[in-house]
Amino acid sequence: MADNLLSLMTFFPLLGILILLFLPRDNGGLLKGVTLAVSLITFAISLPLAFDNVFTTSGGMHYREFYQWINIGDFFQMNYNIGVDGISLWLVMLTTFITPITILSTWDAVEKNIKGFMAMLLLLETGMLGAFISLDLFLFYIFWELMLIPMYFLIGIWGGKNRIYAAVKFFIYTAVGSLLMLVAIIFVYYFAQQSGALTNGFGIQELYKLDLPYNAQFWLFLAFGFSFAIKVPMFPLHTWLPDAHTEAPTAGSVILAAVLLKMGTYGYVRFAMPMFPDALPTFIPFLAFLSVVGIIYGSLVAMMQDDIKKLVAYSSVAHLGFVMLGVFAMNLQGLAGGMIQMINHGISTGALFLIVGFLYERRHTRLITEFGGVATKMPIFATIFMIVTFSSIGLPGTNGFVGEFLALMGAFQSGLRWYAVFATTGVILAAVYMLWVYQRVMFGKVTNPENENLKDLSAREIAIMLPLLLFIFWIGIAPNTFFSKMNPAMELMLEQMGADKVAVVEMHQPADGHAAGHTNGHADTNADHQ
Amino acid sequence: MYSNLWLIPFFPLIGSIINGLFGKKIKNEAVIGGIATGLMFLSFLVAAQNFFKLLGDKEKVHELVIASWMSVGNFQLNWELLLDPLSAVMIMVVTGVGTLIHLYSIGYMHGDESFYRFFSYLNLFAFAMLMLVLGGNALVMFIGWEGVGLCSYLLIGYYYEKKSASTAANKAFIVNRVGDFGFLCGLFVLFWALAEKGVWTLNFVEIAESGHLLESGGLLITVVTLCFFLGATGKSAQIPLFTWLPDAMEGPTPVSALIHAATMVTAGVYMIGRMNGLFAMAPATMMTIAIVGGLTAFFAATIGLAQNDIKRVLAYSTVSQLGYMFLAMGVGAFSAGIFHLMTHAFFKACLFLGSGSVIHGLHHAYHHAHLHDDPQDMRNMGGIRKKMPITFITFLVSTIAISGIPFFSGFFSKDEILWWSFGSTRGHCLLWVLGAAAAGMTAFYMFRLVFMTFFGEQKTDARAKDHIPESPFTITIPLMVLGFLALIGGYIGVPKILGGANRFHAFLAPVFEHAQHANEIHAHGSHATEYTLMAISVAIAIIGIFTAWVMYVKNPELPGKFVARFAGAHRVIFNKWYIDELYDFVFVNPCKKIGTFLWRGVDVKIVDGVVNGCAWVVKGIGSGLRYTQSGYLYNYAMIMVVGVVLIVGFFVF
Repeated sequence: MADNLLSLMTFFPLLGILILLFLPRDNGGLLKGVTLAVSLITFAISLPLAFDNVFTTSGGMHYREFYQWINIGDFFQMNYNIGVDGISLWLVMLTTFITPITILSTWDAVEKNIKGFMAMLLLLETGMLGAFISLDLFLFYIFWELMLIPMYFLIGIWGGKNRIYAAVKFFIYTAVGSLLMLVAIIFVYYFAQQSGALTNGFGIQELYKLDLPYNAQFWLFLAFGFSFAIKVPMFPLHTWLPDAHTEAPTAGSVILAAVLLKMGTYGYVRFAMPMFPDALPTFIPFLAFLSVVGIIYGSLVAMMQDDIKKLVAYSSVAHLGFVMLGVFAMNLQGLAGGMIQMINHGISTGALFLIVGFLYERRHTRLITEFGGVATKMPIFATIFMIVTFSSIGLPGTNGFVGEFLALMGAFQSGLRWYAVFATTGVILAAVYMLWVYQRVMFGKVTNPENENLKDLSAREIAIMLPLLLFIFWIGIAPNTFFSKMNPAMELMLEQMGADKVAVVEMHQPADGHAAGHTNGHADTNADHQ
Repeated sequence: MYSNLWLIPFFPLIGSIINGLFGKKIKNEAVIGGIATGLMFLSFLVAAQNFFKLLGDKEKVHELVIASWMSVGNFQLNWELLLDPLSAVMIMVVTGVGTLIHLYSIGYMHGDESFYRFFSYLNLFAFAMLMLVLGGNALVMFIGWEGVGLCSYLLIGYYYEKKSASTAANKAFIVNRVGDFGFLCGLFVLFWALAEKGVWTLNFVEIAESGHLLESGGLLITVVTLCFFLGATGKSAQIPLFTWLPDAMEGPTPVSALIHAATMVTAGVYMIGRMNGLFAMAPATMMTIAIVGGLTAFFAATIGLAQNDIKRVLAYSTVSQLGYMFLAMGVGAFSAGIFHLMTHAFFKACLFLGSGSVIHGLHHAYHHAHLHDDPQDMRNMGGIRKKMPITFITFLVSTIAISGIPFFSGFFSKDEILWWSFGSTRGHCLLWVLGAAAAGMTAFYMFRLVFMTFFGEQKTDARAKDHIPESPFTITIPLMVLGFLALIGGYIGVPKILGGANRFHAFLAPVFEHAQHANEIHAHGSHATEYTLMAISVAIAIIGIFTAWVMYVKNPELPGKFVARFAGAHRVIFNKWYIDELYDFVFVNPCKKIGTFLWRGVDVKIVDGVVNGCAWVVKGIGSGLRYTQSGYLYNYAMIMVVGVVLIVGFFVF
């Protein structure tokens, strides 16, 4: 079974859709139950990955599967080429972990066409998992596009009042990016064939070894980078996000925030940066600048929102700014911070969207002014919201701190020092907008009579939140569980990105026994692409 | 050997978790309070055991690594604790005063709806504070640093149904975050600077060992220490970040005593003490600290002169006293600063708890008489000494101590600071003037408070005034213990000039001496100067007390006349120099405006405008081209003919 664990995991949700097809469409309970079971089994299938110690020792790809798929001689060749390493490992786990939670969260929320809704969620899961494990660039593209469709329908069919506008905006933004990426993929393939290096379809490990001329790298990075930047989203390409989030049903928002946005950041780490290492230094200052702008801009705009969901959406822009800044620092601390912050954002912002969902289900509004004094009516909810709020603010001891701290620390050690100083102000702003919204929603006296009869969280709702809370503290207190499996892969990846070519990291060896650390693995970097 | 050190923060953490999770079910106040206080006391016992062990130990620095926290490449960080004389003093203060305040809270919070929540927060605070002082590296300290901020937020906003309380809580956390921004920047720069020299560490012991790698007095060390100092001004309510502390008085009074007087707000002082090696190498930073400390001591004292809310007076007094501690750190009198931190913890905790006892009594009386007067307004008090004798005596002792009257605890610590600010190689006579003036004002406003509250005729509403009881024993016992400490606590640090051995100084010497020697920091001057300065400061204190007596006991109509005469100055002082308004004008409102502009202007108009514009253009082109697909054969025929003509024309001509 371990031979094709990844395939089993990825396509098991599709099997679930098949089962759903044969179930009566009016038996909502059964449909939901089956979907939940399918997603839980998927999670169970993925679980051995999290406990596999091979990731702590080797940074390469594991659980490889390789089948020839389309082979039209020299003209076109692509393979079913998948695998997982320390970089994709936790994103895969996040996906299988968060999907059952979102399904459980929609228990009472969705009434219209439950069958279709559940099928879309499962299809989405396959798409996301496939994208994270693809080692063939074209396969990645297929999964990437596959995610678009269910998300489009989730927003467009089950969304709020403005759902059509939001869905179309989401689709067009992402489609523009996808098209650029497609062109770039074809271009890469063309180049690869020219150089005769490609024997293995679009295998990214071969593509890493391509030594493209700077000019080509420049344009290709631009195309890939643009496409991923839309997905992240980076300022100023972020305006689809608030609309998509606000209109999407809770489950859609959670998945969008928790996993889909990570496609953008993951795309940078896996594809754009290591494939075009020569062009990378040209873009880093610019991209780092946009990240910092995103942090400050996202926070300031979040502060002034009157819709809680929009506030959370804008806070995502800020959080992902930290991720990108950490990644662009091009050293181990920064990358580790960025990577763990991806997971953190999935957990904390996912939790925030669930929290907004709880309120929305009770009151059918998300306007901050409609609330106030909720803490008196919903004490358990208040406690959980408080914990998630502080995780989002990045309080030490919670997950948010570890990510932000390492990302900023990495940036400080790189050439991005001044960017990091400005980014650090995000720490203040996050407290401002989160605490302010918490105060307005939860504190004070109940002034709106409609809030008088708010019911506290049900057992199901608490059960949804508990696993998220567990990881908020786990990552905050013992992040080594995660880092130990990421470190080797990150070292390899930095080497591939040509970390010291960027000349932003100056790694020194620790002096005589101080801070006994193992050395960073990118001493002899240039060997790979020169 | 010191392997049970982890128990010290662990006990209150357990208490917090138990009461947080099960307190609602337990319900019984005695059990809840007992658990919280008992665990705090256990923590105190362990702290005391370690303290005395360290006292007799030759080796003064002990580290305890508990587990690895983050391990990323060269960056290796542990959960680790550090026990040295400095942290030993701190754990004694925190657990000792903490236990007393927990005990006090059982009486004070009696009948509160969410009694368990209060104790859960209070225990959590103790945990965070102990992590802060025991932290063996800067990041464990930072956990505590932010953790106490969190608890402070939770406890200031404890009565969260009150808008003013939740606003004050937010303000406290956010202003502290501004400081934390500085702390983090300092940390990053320091880590980077040391890494450049090949030392990858945030461990305090290693930082102290490798501090010399950085250029003494250089730009880097100055930036690092200034950043850390910014962090300290946030946590310890110094200029420019002091505005949150007076508002923090929205929290229950035991909270004000524990967090906003005795422990948390001294964290900044402690942090400078912890990294004294770095600070000593940056004379410019030290000078900044001394000036900021001196000015804060002075300005906060001026504001304290005019407040009528009993807790607000104490709040400004705290800001002012913290200013003293920073003044001490700034002139290199590290052990004097920590000494004052300790004595201040005794007398200020006692003062806050005393005020709480008065408020508690008045609240009780008003409740009895169904009145809604403000139990914190000193204008409604007077003559309470007869009603609450124990509260009165302990309060008076502490007031004498804070005023710097000889042979009470505050005298020794304050005098040492004033002496250093004058005679230190890093001192200046103007700093002494600031400190001495603040001391005079302190004596004045503290006795003003005592006279208005405990002396004179009773101004409490007639229906209530006979129902003011002395507080129960859970309240009075802590008062007596703290009052006693305020009386004698100074004797462990009697200076040589008064025939003492200054054992406190000697105990802390292993922590501070090295940096002081290496950077030539010491106080110099003749005994005559020292005696003279001492005499002057005592005289100033007595003048302050006498003035207060004249104005508030002998001629009670004087203050009114005085205010009328200097209405402008009074208004400025009463309104706290309009600093809050200034900050709103300079930071808060512009931020809101920018946020709105970025949203409605940039996001909606510009970015979405471009996006929608593109869509609009595409749609326009599409609907234009639609006419070419009319379906009428003659249209296509026409276009074909035109096309043919054009092509032919192109090739022919």
